Amino acid sequence: MYTLPSKLKLFSIVLIVLGLAGIIFGFLTTPKTIDDVKKIMAEQESLHGDSHAVAGNEEGETANFVDEARGQEGYSENAMKHATDLKPEGHGAASHEEHVLHQLQTRPWSATFVAAFFFMMLALGALVFYAIQYASQAGWSPVLYRIIEGITTYLLPGSIIVFLIVVFAGTHFYPWQDHELVAGDKILQEKSTYLNFPFFLIRAVIYLLGWNLYRYFSRKNSLVQADTNNYGPYRKNFKISVFFLIFFIVTEATMSWDWFMSMTPHWYSTLFAWYIFASMFVSAITVIALVTIHLKGLGLIPFVSDKHLHDLAKYMFAFSIFWTYLWFSQFMLIWYANIPEEVTYFIIRIQEYKLLFFGMLILNFVFPILVLMNSDYKRIPWFVVIAAVFILVGHYIDIFLLVMPSTVGHNWHFGIPEIAALLFFLGLFILVVGKGLSKVSLKPENDPFIKESENYHF
Amino acid sequence: MSSHYEAPIREPLVLGEKSYHDISVDVGAPVLGKANKSWWIVFTIALVAFLWGLGCIIYTISTGIGVWGLNKTIGWAWDITNFVWWVGIGHAGTLISAVLLLFRQKWRMAVNRSAEAMTIFAVVQAGLFPIIHMGRPWLAYWVLPIPNQFGSLWVNFNSPLLWDVFAISTYLSISLVFWWTGLLPDFAMIRDRTKSPFQKKIYGILSFGWSGRVKDWQRFEEVSLVLAGLATPLVLSVHTIVSFDFATSVVPGWHSTIFPPYFVAGAIFSGFAMVQTLLIIMRKVSNLESYITVLHIEYMNKVILLTGGIVTVAYITEYFIGWYSGVPYENYTYLSFGAATGPYWWAFWALITCNLIVPLSLWVKKLRRNIRWTFFVALVINIGMWFERFDIIVVDLSKDRLTSSWAMFQPTFVDIGTFMGTIGFFFVLFLLYARTFPVIAQAEVKTILKSSGESFKRLRAEHGDD
Repeated sequence: MYTLPSKLKLFSIVLIVLGLAGIIFGFLTTPKTIDDVKKIMAEQESLHGDSHAVAGNEEGETANFVDEARGQEGYSENAMKHATDLKPEGHGAASHEEHVLHQLQTRPWSATFVAAFFFMMLALGALVFYAIQYASQAGWSPVLYRIIEGITTYLLPGSIIVFLIVVFAGTHFYPWQDHELVAGDKILQEKSTYLNFPFFLIRAVIYLLGWNLYRYFSRKNSLVQADTNNYGPYRKNFKISVFFLIFFIVTEATMSWDWFMSMTPHWYSTLFAWYIFASMFVSAITVIALVTIHLKGLGLIPFVSDKHLHDLAKYMFAFSIFWTYLWFSQFMLIWYANIPEEVTYFIIRIQEYKLLFFGMLILNFVFPILVLMNSDYKRIPWFVVIAAVFILVGHYIDIFLLVMPSTVGHNWHFGIPEIAALLFFLGLFILVVGKGLSKVSLKPENDPFIKESENYHF
Repeated sequence: MSSHYEAPIREPLVLGEKSYHDISVDVGAPVLGKANKSWWIVFTIALVAFLWGLGCIIYTISTGIGVWGLNKTIGWAWDITNFVWWVGIGHAGTLISAVLLLFRQKWRMAVNRSAEAMTIFAVVQAGLFPIIHMGRPWLAYWVLPIPNQFGSLWVNFNSPLLWDVFAISTYLSISLVFWWTGLLPDFAMIRDRTKSPFQKKIYGILSFGWSGRVKDWQRFEEVSLVLAGLATPLVLSVHTIVSFDFATSVVPGWHSTIFPPYFVAGAIFSGFAMVQTLLIIMRKVSNLESYITVLHIEYMNKVILLTGGIVTVAYITEYFIGWYSGVPYENYTYLSFGAATGPYWWAFWALITCNLIVPLSLWVKKLRRNIRWTFFVALVINIGMWFERFDIIVVDLSKDRLTSSWAMFQPTFVDIGTFMGTIGFFFVLFLLYARTFPVIAQAEVKTILKSSGESFKRLRAEHGDD
């Protein structure tokens, strides 16, 4: 049996308290009126005189990207505005100041959402990994089932928080929820059969229910299996895993469109959903490896050998490359064709987030491929931990880059709201997962493949 | 590589009371025996088709590409459709031999040899099209970056068609090496079993003096693993690059970021369908039912279901984003309302029926394990995946941005003849292969006999396995 070490528990509680304070601070200190914004801008102006060079050539930046053909129908300018946010009046704001006000007020929302989603996706990705193990009748991984189940404990609280954020964020995130804006935008009107609030809400409820119900029943069956002589519960789990995976691949796609792609509602990319999945999956496997190393360090799971760690590290390695493959496919195709409406997405990311945008590639691709290439290194816990830190930091940045450029544009910072949100959810994650792990024995007895898994070597 | 303990719940992979010797005999039989009448009949048919196709190719090159049904709007049609189709088919071979090796799937061992052969023969067919669809194929060597007398005039590395050259040639060479390495112990087995001095000589050369020492096996396994690790990204990147031919363009319907993974999934989908088609016949005519069992067929059907499901999600995504984009041109792409009701409605519905609806039947376990039904579904998928490529290429080109250049495509007998010719050529190669190569990797099957053989599993069940 596992119990969350008291120091770790205290640490996580401290994180939660600190984080919560920081989040509240972030929400309270947003500027309330345009006058506040003017004051802030004046301060920035005096601090670093020409830092607004970008603002200076805004017109020039976007002028090249106006689609003449669609411009005639009167919506291409709008497309540019909302997609790049480089123009003074984004999101239907009357003035530059109002637009900045909106972005600054959005910042704590975005900061919280990035961290909330990041930790939720760890649990969700772990759940998908778990389902795949069942569906593929894996013989190596059953020893890890209780560990993965422990991680997915976070799914329920985590997904509820994410749900609340996306539902209440309103126009902070989703310009298509602004009726005035939609009234003047032909493209958004056409999309309103999909992008409307009631349907958005229904879809979010479906995701929440579907994911959590699978998590509930698979855990339940897995525990029942431990006290049963036949393989009935296992067979049930096999079946529901397959159906969950079908449900997941569809809802993951719509979830990505709903929660992320619709932040820039004019922009679209068909690969987008699978790209987010890759990020989710590789981070989740990384966390499984980390928790396994933690438990192994405490001596609680003697049946998990360094071969299992080796396999997890291989997955980290392989899916880091897979993530990069999807990242590159999406980026290169849009860069190559250079179609104005699509390319705006990357223009803002490269112009305003250059270091993060390209730095993420080093963290998510170059480091994992170098660190985890050697097969001996994959069995050394501290080595895997190093790779894991790279990967997790890299994918946090990845989520950051999905959200921030679309919501706060070039008014982004990495300050108290972002750090506080990260601390809060990290604390919550540790606490919940620790609790989830400590409920039952860490060895899934009576699983049909548990013996194969224990004897596993290669 | 793999653990020797196996959960009793797993079904056996080798049926019957087989010993190591039986495996050698069964695998060697088609090579050491004589061809029967039906082999000669089928071979003749394939050869005739191949020669006819060769005639069509010669006719095309000597007369001009205008003998095909292409027009100024639709500059790519059957040529590139067949190219992508054949490349796609080739992908299952590498998937089975490389990806499934990485995932330590023991069942791959009975099917990998033939799947790899299929890869190589399919890539050879595919490789014809980039050459013969050129207007001046005798200048094809200009695609290679070789120093020359035009002031060292080089190629432009920005074109995905050039990437294709590198992708396909690398793919063919790596697959060939990977395949041949695996063949060494099996050629040695034939060499040691044959009575004919001529065969002994030939297989002696082919097996590179393999003697099966411990050190050789150790390195053999390492090489296999490294090649599998290299072939896996290769197989993904090859079809990805093929998909770039379309996705980098600005043609509505072609320019779609999902193409890379979606093409790869489709390639595995169609490739596995072709493996099923071939192996279902092969297990029968070569008496290999104990090795290529119903379980193997079921597993391959599951892979078909998985990749078919991925392709389906991609279809839905394409359809949805086409609408979501709000771009009016997107209404004429291969997966759009316009395509479903337009002049190519039959091609649209052929795609949906063959790739989406019929494979759904494999969710039923009874049908998944039914060999006849599997054969039928596999054929349907082969047709459906041809239509997928045809739809992507022709439907998207037929109605592009300017209505004044809208056109339809009508294939000529040369288009059709060339395609038939490649099918003939493929079967000529495959039939020759089936008579001269060990079609099952006997060395590998022997490694799983004691863990996954039926009789050994029964022994363990009776006597306990600890």
